[in-house]
Amino acid sequence: MKFILKVLKDFPWFLWSGWGAVASIFLFIALWDVGYQLYGELVLPSPKETFGAVVGFFDDEDLTRDMILTLTRAVIGFAAALVIGSVLGLMAGFFATASIMSRPIVTILVGMPPIAWVVLAMIWFGMGDTSVIFTVVIASFPIVFVGAMQGTRTIEGELKEMVDSFGLSLWQKFTNLYFPHIFSYIFPAWVSGLGMSWKIVVMAELLSSSDGIGAALAVARSQLDTTVALALVVVMIGSLLFLEYIVLEPIKKEVEAWRD
Amino acid sequence: MERLEVKNLNHSFGFFRVLEDINFTLEKGKVISIVGPSGGGKTTLLHLCAGLLDLTEGEIVNTFKSSSFAFQEPRLLPWKSVLENISLGLIAKGISQKEADMRATNIALEFGLELKDLEKFPKDLSGGMKQRVSFARALVVEPGLLFLDEPFSALDIGLKKELQNHLIDYIAHHNLTILFITHDIMEAIRLSNEILLLKSDPGEIVKHIKIPTPQIERSDKEVFDMMIELLKDKDILNTFELEIK
Ligand SMILES: Nc1ncnc2c1ncn2[C@@H]1O[C@H](COP(=O)(O)OP(=O)(O)OP(=O)(O)O)[C@@H](O)[C@H]1O
Ligand SMILES: [Mg+2]
Repeated sequence: MKFILKVLKDFPWFLWSGWGAVASIFLFIALWDVGYQLYGELVLPSPKETFGAVVGFFDDEDLTRDMILTLTRAVIGFAAALVIGSVLGLMAGFFATASIMSRPIVTILVGMPPIAWVVLAMIWFGMGDTSVIFTVVIASFPIVFVGAMQGTRTIEGELKEMVDSFGLSLWQKFTNLYFPHIFSYIFPAWVSGLGMSWKIVVMAELLSSSDGIGAALAVARSQLDTTVALALVVVMIGSLLFLEYIVLEPIKKEVEAWRD
Repeated sequence: MERLEVKNLNHSFGFFRVLEDINFTLEKGKVISIVGPSGGGKTTLLHLCAGLLDLTEGEIVNTFKSSSFAFQEPRLLPWKSVLENISLGLIAKGISQKEADMRATNIALEFGLELKDLEKFPKDLSGGMKQRVSFARALVVEPGLLFLDEPFSALDIGLKKELQNHLIDYIAHHNLTILFITHDIMEAIRLSNEILLLKSDPGEIVKHIKIPTPQIERSDKEVFDMMIELLKDKDILNTFELEIK
């Protein structure tokens, strides 16, 4: 509770400190406008028109439904990756054998390009929800898994010894040593897993689904509707920026206040 | 009477003999200092006595009801504030948060930390401050037996003297028992009832030096005189490979 209050209390200051970021976004938009004036509407629609299209999306029932659908898929896939990755990662961290055995598998999972998963998913599950969610899970899972495993494996023996010497109970050891340490690794992993989910969901939809933002993007491409395509990209990037900087960053700041 | 008794203790890491034939008895209310060169096995001996390392040869009898340990490195929890770090042992003993905070605050102030330091994380402390927090964490639980591994090594002489005086007060009024490691012979003379000189390769006790006057009655002059006396001692010169000109 105290923690949430602190996050909220620091929030205005945090926003104020974001002027630099805002300035760079505006600079980017200005360059975009230069591009529009040089190359014309077909290649690069003007920012004004694009943002107009974005606002228009929210009146468009089909597109609103697509956005909600994409969001749902991303959230389901990410939640599954989070739970599975955290649990398996913790287990792999606690048992040396499990961690040795899981290493090559994780290397394969991390190294495998997500696009290959989309293809496999289409063969295995056909077009639709399952393929998309599967791809999201399989792409974000290794990130969370590695974070959880590293967190568990890197607990310092010296601190364990210290905690033992003071006779902490198992629960006290968990709350004072294991949880904070593991969390400091797993939380950033969740954040990057979430970003990954959001990117992958659109890509998977583009190829293996007939609805959602990704599919809308595919339609816009086939109709050469650059404005809609760009507006969709703006929606995706905008939501990612919102999530990263407005929601997660302040939390991260508080959670990691003890770090250098 | 509570006591710590070490009999015929040997210890090796692999084939490397660190400690050989260690014998001593520490009785309630007494302070024994272990003095010796770096790498001589002092920390190893302390860990064995505290049960942090498994005993392989010999016997250790420890009848003290409670003990606590201040490690050579501070070993603070980086995600906990100074106050939370100091009260860790109190919380483990089931003392209420409020009481633990109060006792931790008191001892922190006694140890020359300031109120504004209590909210800091370990990363924002100096080396000497970390060491004081670690020492406070061990002392605040009022243990029957206290293990101290060079607790003052990172402090300036003023602060060192102040904390030594605190400790001497504590020994006199709380009947505290301490097994103490130091490099500093003067510190050992000031604080202990008995000094064990541990030579290295392998770690063997080459000399027991008893000091009969109670710590609280020792004058600086007495301490200095004894220091000069000891610096003429052959065993000490050999153990530390010292040359006196
Ligand atoms: N876990 C270990 N495994 C192998 N060797 C060890 C281990 N711990 C200590 N040693 C060795 O045992 C010897 C004694 O180490 P110890 O830490 O007890 O020395 P010390 O007297 O405390 O030295 P210092 O005064 O520098 O702290 C050293 O040579 C060290 O390399
Ligand atoms: Mg040592």
